[in-house]
Amino acid sequence: MSRSRYTRRLPAAAVAAGLALAVSACGGEAADTAASPAASAAVAQLDPNADLSKQSLTVTVWDGYTPKELPQEIKSKLKFDLKVTLHDTNEVAMAKLTSGADTGIDVAFVSGQYAQALNEAGLLEPLHPELIPNLANLYPEAKELAYDKGNTFSVPYTWGTTGICYREDLVKPAPTSWNDILDPPAEAKKKVTMMTTERWLALPAIKALGYSVNTRSDEELAKVKEKLLAAKPNLLAYDDTTFGDRLKSGEAVMVEAWDGWCPTSEKNIKFVVPKEGSDLWVDTMVILKSSKNKEAAHAFINHILDPKVHGWAASNILYKVPNKAAMDIVDADLKAQNTPLQMSPADLLQGESIIDLGEDSTKFTRLATEVAAKQ
Amino acid sequence: MTRSTRSAVVSGAAAKTRSRRSRASARLVFLGPGLAYLVAFLLIPLALLLSYTVFRRGRFGGVVYEVTGENFTRLLDPLYLDVVLGSLKLATIATVIALLAGYPTAYLIARLPRRWKTVALVAIVLPFWTNFLVRVYAWIVLLSGPGLLNGALGKIGLGPYELLYGQGAIVTGLVYSYLPLMVLPLYAAIEKLDPQLREASANLGASPVRTFFSVTLPLTRSGVVTGCLFVFVPSFGNFIVPELLGGGRSIMVGNLIRDQFLKARDWPFGSTLALALLAVLIVLLLLQAWSARRA
Repeated sequence: MSRSRYTRRLPAAAVAAGLALAVSACGGEAADTAASPAASAAVAQLDPNADLSKQSLTVTVWDGYTPKELPQEIKSKLKFDLKVTLHDTNEVAMAKLTSGADTGIDVAFVSGQYAQALNEAGLLEPLHPELIPNLANLYPEAKELAYDKGNTFSVPYTWGTTGICYREDLVKPAPTSWNDILDPPAEAKKKVTMMTTERWLALPAIKALGYSVNTRSDEELAKVKEKLLAAKPNLLAYDDTTFGDRLKSGEAVMVEAWDGWCPTSEKNIKFVVPKEGSDLWVDTMVILKSSKNKEAAHAFINHILDPKVHGWAASNILYKVPNKAAMDIVDADLKAQNTPLQMSPADLLQGESIIDLGEDSTKFTRLATEVAAKQ
Repeated sequence: MTRSTRSAVVSGAAAKTRSRRSRASARLVFLGPGLAYLVAFLLIPLALLLSYTVFRRGRFGGVVYEVTGENFTRLLDPLYLDVVLGSLKLATIATVIALLAGYPTAYLIARLPRRWKTVALVAIVLPFWTNFLVRVYAWIVLLSGPGLLNGALGKIGLGPYELLYGQGAIVTGLVYSYLPLMVLPLYAAIEKLDPQLREASANLGASPVRTFFSVTLPLTRSGVVTGCLFVFVPSFGNFIVPELLGGGRSIMVGNLIRDQFLKARDWPFGSTLALALLAVLIVLLLLQAWSARRA
């Protein structure tokens, strides 16, 4: 997911100093880009009683996606140094993690479909659930995600869906279908925006036509393209980042939006998941096979799953977290103000999980270019 | 005496060699940092870029070292060719408008009294003191639906017009951004022009229009060519203006290249597109050099 979006609400995360101490050298096979399921690779033997103070951890994450005080917290609680490095998009994280050389990164935050791709490339360490007791805090639904059933190599950090964010006072009747944004009523023409990142650019048309968000069919994608091109003249712009502000100013009255990005705390702004259904996106935490600090990495993930730490994400980024104990302690007023936070896991699972399409992902790239280039 | 003369000659020759050597080392000292910079940050990246163009895309970005020609055949795909041609068109329109607006400006500045010349030139350069992105965003504030211009027009009963998010807005942004780069070389060329030449032309009975087209314009051609190049080059490869003022509704070749690296994770094709852009620019620079030599 291309998201530099957290910065909207949050100051830059502090970068703490860290150093690399090698403790256990394990699982350092060369990155094999051909698909080789991690399950067949050797599983590292981890010591549950390892002295974490002899390890250190480097994590790569989106700016503002974890609490600023995290390194200090980790140091005082778990006794190891945490270094936080930043990436602004999944693509940048992938470039970092797949460059071939030892990246020094132990834990990465990436979206589910990217975790899946990293795992297929044999770069991820299978999780050792016995070292992450806080996994018990997750909703049962959080173990049923299509890119990684049973959370064997990834732990979900946040999840959400995509829908229509609109001005209740300016669009009547309220939108209920993706077709409302693809073919808006006269008063909304030139006042709608759709996203520009390829999978989400295609989403409204894909769902309106009743296809899967993970379609690879050329025939279906040709129909999707037709629908998107027909919608283009009615669009104000393609926009991934400023649609919330456009709604507030009234420049736009209806936009395709990620749930956490729809400013529903504003008067008159509402969010709806269209009746044809939508996607389910998940941002996850994964441990790199090349990590030499795997015990610390597991302890880190366990710490994040602590209700208070995980609840920070829901309260501050306003994304839902798949952690029941954490959602339970989110302030009731905040939930009341930000309606997307009220969606239940069952509602979310109505959405179709986005998975990596391998080489077929270039079809979406081409589709996006074709739509953007059309005058 | 002969001996001493000979020794003087010998020592003179030795001194000459010594001075040649010290001149060579002086050259190294002065040119060295610049050369090292060029090698490290221009030649090596350029060589990498060139080499990527013949390889295949890695699944997660990067390259797979299998030689292929498909990146070049893809260049001929109408989809990408249209984007390149579209960018050429927009950059050309922006350049022509900048020339038409820039020439009279430069001409007038060149004829100002010296003190006002400095003021005018500083005023031309002033926008560069603000961040480029901020200046482009300012146009959004000006042109958007509920923006300042539509607000003002609304007061006199006009509009609102749809000014933003189209090719017109892109051209406006490009002209605005690079106009100073047109004015400055034009000013330099016009300023150097001997006013007596114009007077002579007038004395010989030429109309002001004839003087302009037969004397002033030909003599300032180098400024025209340089200015056009300075506007055309950054316009052609621009991706910020089409993204912000075009609203993502039209793309230029710069966006295409950016997307290949940051979204499509297709470095080889991105490199090939960048190479194509470079080829166009090299041709333009050669044309400029040729025109400068003729002048």
